[in-house]
Amino acid sequence: MSFAPKAPTSTENAKTLINDFSVEIATVNGSGSQTANNVLMRSIFQMGVPVSGKNLFPSNIAGLPTWFQIRANHRGYGARKHDVDLMICMNAETAREDVAKLKPSAICIYDEPLKLSELRNDLGFFPVPFQQLVAASCPEPKLQKLVKNMIYVGVAARMLGIDMDEVRKAISRQLKGKEKAIELNGGAAQAGFDWADQNIPDQDRLRIIRDNKTEGQLIIDGNSACALGAMFAGVTVVAWYPITPSSSLVETLAEYAKEYRVDPTTGKSTIAIVQMEDELASAGAIIGAGWAGARSMTTTSGPGISLMSEFIGLAYFAECPAVFVDVTRMGPSTGLPTRTSQGDVEICAKCSHGDTYHICLYPGNMEECFEFTYQAFDLAERYQTPVFVVTDLDLGMQNWATKPFTFPEGKFDRGKVLNEQQLQEVQDWGRYKDVDGDGICYRTLAGTPGGKGAYFTRGTGHNVNALYSEKPEDWKSNIDRLRRKFDTARTSVPPPILRSTGSSRGVLAFGSSDSAVIEALDILEESHSKKVDYLRVRALPFTQEVESFLERMDVVYVVDQNRDGQMANLLREFFPEPSGKIRKVLHYDSTAINAQTLVDQINEFEK
Amino acid sequence: MTTTPTIPTNKLGLTKQDYVGAKSTLCPGCGHDAITAQIIQSAWEMNIKPHMVAKLSGIGCSSKTPTYFLNQAWGFNSVHGRAAAVCTGVTLANRELTNVIASGDGDSMSIGMGQFVHMIRRNVPVVYILEDNGVYGLTKGQFSATADIGSVLKKGDVNELPPIDPCTLAMEMGCGFVARSYSGNPKQLNTILKAAFAHRGTALIDVISPCVTFNNHEGSTRSYKATKDKEIPLQELGFVAYHEQESVEIPAGEAREVAFPDGSRLTIRALRKNYDPTDRFGAMKDIHEAHSAGEFLTGIIYIQPDRPTLHDYVHMVDAPLAQLPQSTVKPNAEALRACMEELM
Repeated sequence: MSFAPKAPTSTENAKTLINDFSVEIATVNGSGSQTANNVLMRSIFQMGVPVSGKNLFPSNIAGLPTWFQIRANHRGYGARKHDVDLMICMNAETAREDVAKLKPSAICIYDEPLKLSELRNDLGFFPVPFQQLVAASCPEPKLQKLVKNMIYVGVAARMLGIDMDEVRKAISRQLKGKEKAIELNGGAAQAGFDWADQNIPDQDRLRIIRDNKTEGQLIIDGNSACALGAMFAGVTVVAWYPITPSSSLVETLAEYAKEYRVDPTTGKSTIAIVQMEDELASAGAIIGAGWAGARSMTTTSGPGISLMSEFIGLAYFAECPAVFVDVTRMGPSTGLPTRTSQGDVEICAKCSHGDTYHICLYPGNMEECFEFTYQAFDLAERYQTPVFVVTDLDLGMQNWATKPFTFPEGKFDRGKVLNEQQLQEVQDWGRYKDVDGDGICYRTLAGTPGGKGAYFTRGTGHNVNALYSEKPEDWKSNIDRLRRKFDTARTSVPPPILRSTGSSRGVLAFGSSDSAVIEALDILEESHSKKVDYLRVRALPFTQEVESFLERMDVVYVVDQNRDGQMANLLREFFPEPSGKIRKVLHYDSTAINAQTLVDQINEFEK
Repeated sequence: MTTTPTIPTNKLGLTKQDYVGAKSTLCPGCGHDAITAQIIQSAWEMNIKPHMVAKLSGIGCSSKTPTYFLNQAWGFNSVHGRAAAVCTGVTLANRELTNVIASGDGDSMSIGMGQFVHMIRRNVPVVYILEDNGVYGLTKGQFSATADIGSVLKKGDVNELPPIDPCTLAMEMGCGFVARSYSGNPKQLNTILKAAFAHRGTALIDVISPCVTFNNHEGSTRSYKATKDKEIPLQELGFVAYHEQESVEIPAGEAREVAFPDGSRLTIRALRKNYDPTDRFGAMKDIHEAHSAGEFLTGIIYIQPDRPTLHDYVHMVDAPLAQLPQSTVKPNAEALRACMEELM
């Protein structure tokens, strides 16, 4: 049955939110709610309405509260919406709090026995007899728990005006090939829809109306996007250790590799993926692999970076290429393993004891997760150094609508590597001689025949010929050259993106804040008549454009999702002169950043 | 007319001089230098191509030694106790390399123990030489985790903690080549090293190597004298390299033979009654009992050359991954389009 949504009773009513609202579903983790939530999100997406999905989940496998927020927004804002417009309460434990936090006139669908309607009189309450509905649509008691959530998808579809054909399509897509499950879940969704059709009065508060804004788009999470970037970059050695929120990156890569990185003749893999015993070993293995000429990568999160820091210092100093993807979670310590943060900016920038600066890439959306992970391998080999792709849980594990990725044309940059013939031609080659003045030396790979090119890699002091040295002049010239090399990378890293309004006040942000910043700038302009420039930094070392921006602006609001304003601190370190203009705009309560908090803080500064 | 004496060469036409490294900077008389000499000798005898060797180490006196052998090989002196992980990456990148790790008891049996056992568990192809002196030399003489109970430091401290035995630990993890030798027994060490080079997976050789500066005094259980007095060779070993076959004399008497995939053969004539180096649990029991009795057994402790290696476990292509061309490792635009469509 196809359902044509009844027209809202008054479309002119200012209170009707069309294709612009948030739905939050409160469930218990491990109850199969993820499938239902994805189906609901995808159904809206298929209606042509831009959508994003954020899972606020516990560090737990089953039995604890979890929330999923779906945001539909016709302008494509993907950041979390602070206020919930439709709450679906399926968890008795949190239901009262879930209702208490709603703004007046929000709608609440709830499991009937929870008796929530008595709590407030300023909300639209819709009790649903989920248990009866699931019992009727699914005769097998042990499957009822898993299917129960699909009921609310049907109920919400009917209430919001989502076409049931789209729901069915989303279910088939989500449960690819599992015919019995598709039938069962489709039946449950239909039961919810039919029940709502007969029992719930039409509401005109929230509406999904078919649009065409998602045409040609897809939904992906950042970890999958990074996995694809690595695969197309020809990664050959992956050594990793599971840690939330990064684990799905390598797992997804392994799945893709089964299809796209297998030798057609032998059926053997062109990529080695090894789960190591810990993060220290993961770092050691990818550094060894990079040293021996492979494109190598590990993926981790903050605690892993802490553990890897000694090895990362070695790779920096001994000049071994390797890619580190840090899907940042909330720290310090174990922190909040399932909550997002940008708290690893400084550790990634300077990881190790002694003097170090690392090349860091800060993707701000799905396309950049793909492109920057791809580029990281070129940069690591060109600069013979660890390169960090710094994402976070919000990018890595959440669902984002995006344009399809563009195929990266061209040849890999394998850097300055001398082969046997080149070694014969070169006079007095030295591993750490800065022949070209860019700080990047010529390396050789183990196994190169010809009797030339062998050298000794070490984390101890060395001279230009890679021989052990404790001479002060050798030490200083080497560590200065490493800094020169880092500075050279300014010419290769992705430059920042400027959105100029001609204002003398600017926002500087990076990574997953992008979506919230764009929305905040619109709010500032539309509701507060404030025009503000925006520079999105995409890499360390900072390029000339970053310095110019700081110099040109009178005030720069630096957005950081951490307590100390780590990006602001880095900017102050590199640009001490204009650093007095920096104002820290922070969000670090462990939730994904939202536009309103940025607007409020900027307005507060400008009072 | 003068005649130049012929300098012996191996099958590659290389002289032993082609296998040496820089001059040692260790203390004169250090056991490690005697081990280095046997690494040079055995690599030369086994016709190892120096440019195909990755020589790796961690931190400590023993970890300095890769500088002193095979100067045409690629060396990597990494971080404390973690050469095993670096080596795992190296062999994944280029499976054609011969890997040698020089480590010590401080490096391998404390911070490095996790990586040591996991390297063995994965059967990473490497000749792992654990130069074992019971003390930390480079930090001036603290006990290591292999120090015997009752052993006395130079300054008088007595070790009360039980030692960790790298050999039984390796056997517990299923290591297919476990040997113990002594830096003062060059003949045995040479034979074991040659066999280790013929082994496909992890070959662990725990070499007791007295520290002349911090652990060679009366009261030390790892002094030259104590080691020499207690050493009991388990076997008389003979090794027939793949290229020699019948030309080498093998020890007389009842001998057991172990064949390696490259065609080399190790002949083992038992000197100790009932010790069977192919019986993992029996051998472990014998080693533990001998240790309790204060005996120091050397030779092939355990051997089982047929275990799958890391490369088998990872199911990777035969060519070195580091050398795969872009056309092999970068899927095409059509592949990306297919990946994208699946997500639409």
